[in-house]
Amino acid sequence: MSALQIKKGSSRHSAYNLRPQFSDVQETHTLAVLVDNEPGVLARVIGLFSGRGYNIDSLTVAEVDHTGHTSRITIVTTGTPQVIEQIKAQLGRIVPVHDVHDLTVEGPSVERELALLKVRGEGNNRVEALRLADIFRANVVDSTLDSFVFEITGPPDKIDAFADLMRPLGLEEIARTGVAALPRGAKGAE
Amino acid sequence: MSRQMTGAKMVVQSLRDQGVDVVFGYPGGAVLPIYDEIFQQNEIRHILVRHEQAAVHAAEGYARATGKPGVVLVTSGPGATNAVTGITDALMDSIPVVVLTGQVPTFMIGNDAFQEADTVGITRPCTKHNWLVKDTANLSGTLHEAFHVATSGRPGPVLVDIPKDVQFASADYTPPAQAKTSHYQPRVKGDTAAITELVAALEEAERPIFYTGGGVINSGTAASQLLRELVDATGVPVTSTLMGLGAYPASGRNWLGMLGMHGLYEANMAMHDCDLMINIGARFDDRITGRVDAFSPGSKKAHIDVDPSSINKVISTDIPIVGDVAHVLEDLLKIWKSRGRKTNRAGLEKWWAQIGDWRKIDCLAYTDGGRTIKPQHAMARLEALTKDRADRYICTDVGQHQMWAAQYLGFEAPHQWMTSGGLGTMGYGFPASLGVQMAHPDALVINVAGEASWLMNMQEMGTAVQFMLPVKQFILNNERLGMVRQWQELLHGERYSHSWSEALPDFVKLAEAFGAKGIQCSDPADLDDAIMEMIRHDGPVVFDCLVEKHENCFPMIPSGEPHNKMLLGENAETGDAIGTKGAVLV
Repeated sequence: MSALQIKKGSSRHSAYNLRPQFSDVQETHTLAVLVDNEPGVLARVIGLFSGRGYNIDSLTVAEVDHTGHTSRITIVTTGTPQVIEQIKAQLGRIVPVHDVHDLTVEGPSVERELALLKVRGEGNNRVEALRLADIFRANVVDSTLDSFVFEITGPPDKIDAFADLMRPLGLEEIARTGVAALPRGAKGAE
Repeated sequence: MSRQMTGAKMVVQSLRDQGVDVVFGYPGGAVLPIYDEIFQQNEIRHILVRHEQAAVHAAEGYARATGKPGVVLVTSGPGATNAVTGITDALMDSIPVVVLTGQVPTFMIGNDAFQEADTVGITRPCTKHNWLVKDTANLSGTLHEAFHVATSGRPGPVLVDIPKDVQFASADYTPPAQAKTSHYQPRVKGDTAAITELVAALEEAERPIFYTGGGVINSGTAASQLLRELVDATGVPVTSTLMGLGAYPASGRNWLGMLGMHGLYEANMAMHDCDLMINIGARFDDRITGRVDAFSPGSKKAHIDVDPSSINKVISTDIPIVGDVAHVLEDLLKIWKSRGRKTNRAGLEKWWAQIGDWRKIDCLAYTDGGRTIKPQHAMARLEALTKDRADRYICTDVGQHQMWAAQYLGFEAPHQWMTSGGLGTMGYGFPASLGVQMAHPDALVINVAGEASWLMNMQEMGTAVQFMLPVKQFILNNERLGMVRQWQELLHGERYSHSWSEALPDFVKLAEAFGAKGIQCSDPADLDDAIMEMIRHDGPVVFDCLVEKHENCFPMIPSGEPHNKMLLGENAETGDAIGTKGAVLV
C-alpha cells in the first residue's frame, strides 16, 4: 500500500481555480434574449448574472410585442468563450425565456446606443462643442445661454469618443441607454 | 365546460387533477381557506409536519421514492422562509417538488403586513421557476403549468405564491386538458449524429467506463433498464455518483461502486485511467472531479444530459449529447446493435484485468473494533440483515455516516436511495424517510443518520408518531460532527473546534417521550439482535448505535488532488495530506 501514499504537502492546487482546459481570452458578446413580459423576468436575468458571477457591460429591456407580451433584453457581456457558452445555456434554462441569440457570432449585426450629454461652457468652448456635435451628427435638444443638451446615437465607441471630446469643453452629465442590436439583412433573429 | 369555484377550492381541484394523493404542510393565517377545503374532502391526505423545512424534505423523499412530484403547502412569511432550505436542496438534486405558499392579500403586498415576505423574490434563485398569482382567473392554469415545469426536462422545485384574497375570490376552473400549452418544452431526443459518434468511440475504446448520475434515476425506470441492458451487452464497467446509486444494481457484474471523494479505489482509478468516459446524467460535480486539471487526463469524454448548461460547465466534453437519458440510451442501443454489436474485446479484457488488480486493494477494509462497534461494521450488518428485502428504502443525513451508507449498502433498484447530494443538508434524512414511508406504507424505510444531523429535524418524531409512519432512525452516534472532526484532524492540526456535542439527549428516552420505541446498542455482539428488533417493531424506532468516536471515512481523495491520489484506510499516510490551497475547498 506504500505506493499509494502521497507525499506530505504535495497538494498545491485548488480544484476550483484551475481551469486550463478552457481558453482564458476575454471576449465581448451581444446577446438578444426574447422573454415573456411578465413580472420578475428581468430580476431572473439579472439574478442569474450576479448569482453566477458573470459580467454585464450593458443591458436594455423593453416590450417589443404588446399583443404577444414579449420583451427583448439586449445584454452586452464579457467573458471567456466557455463562460459565454454557459451564460447562453443558463439564460436558455430560464422558463420565461423563449430564445437566446448571440448576435456576435450569428453574423453581422447593427448595434446602436442613444446618449444625452449636458455640456456647460461659454465663448470658444461653446462654439467648439457645437462644431464637434455637428461632426458627430449630434442634435441639440435643449439649450440655455451657457449650456447644451446633445442627443447622439451610434455604436458605443462613437459615443465614448464624443464624450471624451466634450469632457474638456464642460461635460456636466451623461445618460446612456445601453445597446440595442439587430442582425443585418432580411432575416430576423426569431 | 367551465366551473366557477373559489381559489382555495381550485387549489384542491388542481392537485386532484394532477394525481396528487398526499400533501406535506403546515397551516397558518394566509393559507386557512385552502386548509378549509382540505378539511372538506378525503381524496388528498395532508401530513402535518412539525417544521416547514421538513415538509419540503418529506416531499423530496416522496418524489424520489415514486418519481412523481412531491407537494408542499405552507403559509406566508416564516412558513415560506423556513421552506427555503428544502427548496434549495431540491434544486441542487433536481427533485420535482411543487411548493404552494400563502401570501398576504394582494392589496397588502408591499406594506410590511403581518407574516409578509417577498416569497417569489426570496425563492427566485432557489426554484426552477416561481409565480405570484394575483388573479383567481389565472390560478388553475398556473398550478398546472407549475406541475409541468417541475417535472419536464431537468426536474426541480417550483413555487406558487397565492395571496389570501385570491384564495377567497371565485373564477372559472381550467382542467389540465384545457390549460394553455406551455412554451417550456425541453428537448428530450438526442442528436443522432452525436450518438453515432459515441457508438463509434465505444466500439473502439480499450478502456471505456460509464459514469452515471442522478439523471438516470430522474429519467424514469426505463432509463435504468436501458442502462442495465447497455452495460451488460457491452461489458463496459460502470460507476455512479452518490445521486445515481441503484440505477445499475450493486450486485451487477460490471459494477465498480461509487466514485468521488469517498468513492471506491477501483472506481476512481478507472475514471482516471480510462480512454473513453461516458457521462450519463451526471454533472462533473467537484466532489467527483477533484482537481479538474488532472481529471482523467487521457480520456475522450462524452456527456449525456437533458440540461445544456451542464455540458462544458466544468469539464470540456468531446461528444456532447443534449437529451433525456432514456431517449438517448434507447437510440444509442439501437444504433450500436444495428452496427453489429461491436466492442474492443481484447482491450476490454486487459481493462478488466487492470480493474481486478485495483479491486485487490480492498479499499473498504477496516480494522475490527473489538468491543466497540465500528461504524463500517454497523453498516455491513445492516446491509446483511436487510439486503434481501426488495422493499428496503434508505435515507441518510449528511456526513460520515452518509458516505459509509453509500459505501457499504448495496442498491439493486432505482428510487430506493434518498440522500442530500448537492446541497448537503444536515437534517434531510428523517423528514425524507417520512415522505418515503407515505409513498410505500408497508416498506422498510431506514434513515441512516448521525446524531448531530438527526437532531436538526428531530421534531419530526411528532409527525412519525401521529401518522403511524414506522420509519427506522438508525443513528450512528459518535458524539462528534464526524466529517467536520475528520477534516479538522487532516487539515487543521487536530484542533477540534466545536465539532463535538456535549449534553446529547438519551435517544431511547427521547423516542419514548414521543411515544415511539428507542433502542440503544454499544456492543458488536448485540448488534444483529438489536437491528432485528428494530426491523420487527411495527412503528417508528430510534436506534442509538454507539460507535467508535474517532473513526475516519476512507478511502478519500484529498481536496485539490486527482483521482489517482487517494488516501486509503488506517495505514495510509494522512498527516498534512492536504495542501493549504486544497484546504480552501472544504
